[in-house]
Amino acid sequence: MNTIMKAIPTICLIIGAITISFAQNKGEQIVEAYDEAYTGWENYTSTSVMTLTNQHGQESQRKLKGKNLEQLEDGDKSMIIFQTPNDVKGTAVLTFTHKEGPDDQWLYLPSIKRVKRIASNNKSGPFVGSEFAYEDLSSQEIEKYTYDYVKSDEFNGNSCEVVLRDPVDPKSGYKYMHVWYNPSKNYRIEKIVFYDRKGSKFKTLLYKKYGLFKEKYYYPGILEMTNHQSSKKTTIEFTNYTFDAGLTDTDFNQARLKNAR
Amino acid sequence: MSNSVNNSKPSIGVRYANWIIKYRWLALLGTLVFAMILTMGGKNFGFNNDYQVFFSDENPQLKAFLALQAKYTKDDNVYVVIEPEKGKIFDREVLMAIEELVDSAWQTPYSSRVDAITNFQHTIAIEDDMYVDDLISDVANKSEMEIAEAEKTALAEPLLKHRLINEDASYSGVNIVVKTPSATEWANILAQRKTVADSLITLSEEGVKVLTPSDSLKILTATYQSPEQEIAEFVRSKVAHIEAKYPLVKTHLSGVVMLSNAFGEAANKDLSTLFPIMFLIIIVVLLIASRTISGTFATLMVLLLSILSAVGFAGWMGIKFTAVSMPNAPIMILTLAVADSIHILISFIQSMHKGMAKREAIVESLRINFMPVFITSATTVVGFLTLNFSDSPPFRDLGNISAVGVAMAFFFSITVLPALLAILPVRIKKREGKRAKQVFINKLADFVIGNHKKLLWGSTAVLLAFVYFASQNELNEQFVDYFDKSIKFRADTDLMSENITGIYTIEYSVSSNEEGGISNPDYLNTLAEFEDWYEQQKGVVHINTYTDVARKVNKSMHGDNPAYYNLPKERNEAAQYLLLYEMSLPFGLDLNNQVNVDKSETRFVATVKNITAKELIDLSDRGAQWLDDHNIKGESNLGISTAIMFAHLTQRQIYSMAKGGFWAILLISIVLIIALRNFKIGLLSVIPNMIPIIMAFGVWYFLSGFITSGLAIVFSVSIGIVVDDTVHILSKYLRAKRENNATPEEAVRYSFKTVGRAVIITTIVLSCGFFILGQSSFHMISGMAKLTALTIIIALIVDLLFLPPLLIAIDKQRIKKQN
Repeated sequence: MNTIMKAIPTICLIIGAITISFAQNKGEQIVEAYDEAYTGWENYTSTSVMTLTNQHGQESQRKLKGKNLEQLEDGDKSMIIFQTPNDVKGTAVLTFTHKEGPDDQWLYLPSIKRVKRIASNNKSGPFVGSEFAYEDLSSQEIEKYTYDYVKSDEFNGNSCEVVLRDPVDPKSGYKYMHVWYNPSKNYRIEKIVFYDRKGSKFKTLLYKKYGLFKEKYYYPGILEMTNHQSSKKTTIEFTNYTFDAGLTDTDFNQARLKNAR
Repeated sequence: MSNSVNNSKPSIGVRYANWIIKYRWLALLGTLVFAMILTMGGKNFGFNNDYQVFFSDENPQLKAFLALQAKYTKDDNVYVVIEPEKGKIFDREVLMAIEELVDSAWQTPYSSRVDAITNFQHTIAIEDDMYVDDLISDVANKSEMEIAEAEKTALAEPLLKHRLINEDASYSGVNIVVKTPSATEWANILAQRKTVADSLITLSEEGVKVLTPSDSLKILTATYQSPEQEIAEFVRSKVAHIEAKYPLVKTHLSGVVMLSNAFGEAANKDLSTLFPIMFLIIIVVLLIASRTISGTFATLMVLLLSILSAVGFAGWMGIKFTAVSMPNAPIMILTLAVADSIHILISFIQSMHKGMAKREAIVESLRINFMPVFITSATTVVGFLTLNFSDSPPFRDLGNISAVGVAMAFFFSITVLPALLAILPVRIKKREGKRAKQVFINKLADFVIGNHKKLLWGSTAVLLAFVYFASQNELNEQFVDYFDKSIKFRADTDLMSENITGIYTIEYSVSSNEEGGISNPDYLNTLAEFEDWYEQQKGVVHINTYTDVARKVNKSMHGDNPAYYNLPKERNEAAQYLLLYEMSLPFGLDLNNQVNVDKSETRFVATVKNITAKELIDLSDRGAQWLDDHNIKGESNLGISTAIMFAHLTQRQIYSMAKGGFWAILLISIVLIIALRNFKIGLLSVIPNMIPIIMAFGVWYFLSGFITSGLAIVFSVSIGIVVDDTVHILSKYLRAKRENNATPEEAVRYSFKTVGRAVIITTIVLSCGFFILGQSSFHMISGMAKLTALTIIIALIVDLLFLPPLLIAIDKQRIKKQN
């Protein structure tokens, strides 16, 4: 009876092999085009509201402030500052993403006025109890995955290219994900479907209400993540993006973490 | 009047019998087509092994449990017990086995989380750096010192001890949490697999070499009865692999998924053992009783068609089988159907013995039996239908399937049976002389009549004694005890309970009543007090609560100083520590299973062992009361869990089936009053119908002493059967009085002579059937069946030894009054 379980990967492999063989590089090409399109934005700040909803429709909100700085040689730098709930107000997370190896992460806890370094490889857990894993929110460096082209697909009236992304990090919570890139809109992402470690459909992330910034950068107004296994949902609504906010490297260090607001 | 059998106008039985003989081929064909249409419902045949099937949608405990699961996570589980041969878990090879098992357990279908000692998220602080990582990983390359260090940590960790490891680290556990698909989700999964299988076939037909078609077909059309079976078989294959690779390690499987799976396995086991045994016994009984191959064959046809029709009916109605209805409904139908047809068959043979021709004998048999068989079937059907009062859906299904089967058995007994007898060659010679066995019946009649006063008072005294004993039975329902030790789930779970942790839990959602309130020190202190209180209660072996997480993180935030293993004293501090800790947890090991979405409530899970169902309910209530008393005001403070649901099931079942029993006795009494055409005697029949069940419960006190939900249906199941003997004896008693103006004593003698033998034979057949069912490995059913068999036997004794003296006493009194 258990032969079915053993055989499913085989079937997937065979079906996969057929598609992969003639499309080896197309996936990479698309992702490179995406990376190219999202180069040169330099820096921005944002404010957002994260809403967690459970099966019952019970909700909980957190207000966040974000600061992002583009890096060309290594991964981008970012800071997330909690505005609400009150008991975590002022708590801030500073992240240096790296193209290779685990990211660096510091957390400032205002209650004890100290910066703690989270020396952990665990980036696959949920971010503050939401349906987003930290790895979903961090900078999507091109080196963090390997890519395979899947197919073209019509999505919401846009013809998209679907690419399979396979995470390099062995501690990732995902086996792979399918990403819908929209070539007609500068390769912005329309949708991501996540598959868990055993290959079951896990979550779907929808990018909604895109805005155009600096005439060429599309940034989403709403990120909506649905967990198919737990029926829970998390949305992040961006209420404000400010590009060219004058951020520099000196805004992204442990000292600045303490009085980030 | 029923005595008008020899009037000029032939009775309905005679007219019907002539008709069926004339159109025997048409009747046979017609009924076969009808049976086939019903049987075709079998295409929807399926099992539902989910333990939650025992609880109706309105069940308040189920509602509370689902609400709790919706708030946190639905976590059905498979618990793998790791038993190392050397009795030492912290041994390199054993740890390697656990590590490998954890890895493959993540691949379990529908799994969402795997907890073990190896991947326990251990927190270490060095200055302002906080490390959160697996307690031990890559064991092959760890030093002996590191392994010893991990052992020390594990045994000091309240989240692990008595949950995933025992005191002396000689047993450990791997807990696989799964979210089993609902019935609809499961149907979709099966449909999807079929689509893939079909498209593979198409591909291969088109000449595309995807896979060898036979292989792919086998894979995708592999039939699992249920998702639980799929999960269980996956885990079994993985642990078998581990056992083969690491000979030092033995494993055992428990948990809720294995419980559900055990329902299916018990049903399969019973189906492959009890069912054939029952069939064999019936063939033997038929051959001995009828001594004709044709008669036996014809009766077997009736039995087979009745069972197929009932199973097909279930399919048409979309009823899925459970361990309650399979193979129990078919076995009960078999038993009851044989009682119907044996009456017709034996009368037919007796008539031929008397020298009648075959067709004459058929007519005579139907003439005598048409009404009695109809009435006894009707009462049995009514009894089964009252199972619809049951609080637990599988018992309703059992009632409905059996009711249809019994009704069909009646229908086939008066169509297929006579038609086949008319068609098939039957060779029975005329016999002379008196039967030896009647001597016994006559002696018995003499004895009863001679001692009727003593018997009446004696039986009343015995009855009262048994009423007392019946009242001494205790309610107790614990799901592990549903299975006998031949079912592996039972043995494995017993081993787990003895060595590591309990299987019964009580869960609470403890509310702070404000968003983010779980970081409020007042809340945390109350929670800690609750934990302290709970730990002191009888049978509690482990408590899983948020305070342990809060304490652990607090310690790490203070450089791992053990002096700081206590609760944060300030709210913002607690909230920020929680945020930090949450951010450092890996996939699948988050806090979603114990903290709700707006951080206002936490889940509190107490694991208990060695306590009765009553104590379990009592403990859960006292826990809820404690929360009420300490100003915890959530939606509800109800203590709930799978074990609590089952513990409540007995009570709910008894309460609902008491209503069912009331209706059964009322409706059956009405049937009897109409059938016997005597209001007073019909009403009187209530006494011999009720006494056996009460006395059976009295006997039960000595056999078991515990009442479970299965037993609550015995009244409804047995009343319709018990009533049959009463009907036979009463109707003959009345007939003697009406037709022959007999004295009460003469009437008793007549009734013994005419139906005594038949009543004894059917009782033997019926009690045999239920006795065999009593051997089921599923105790919900075996208990019910044993008690029913007891009831049927006691009913015979009551009908022979108590009812006649009662009739004599009443009638004598009346005669006295009249004089």
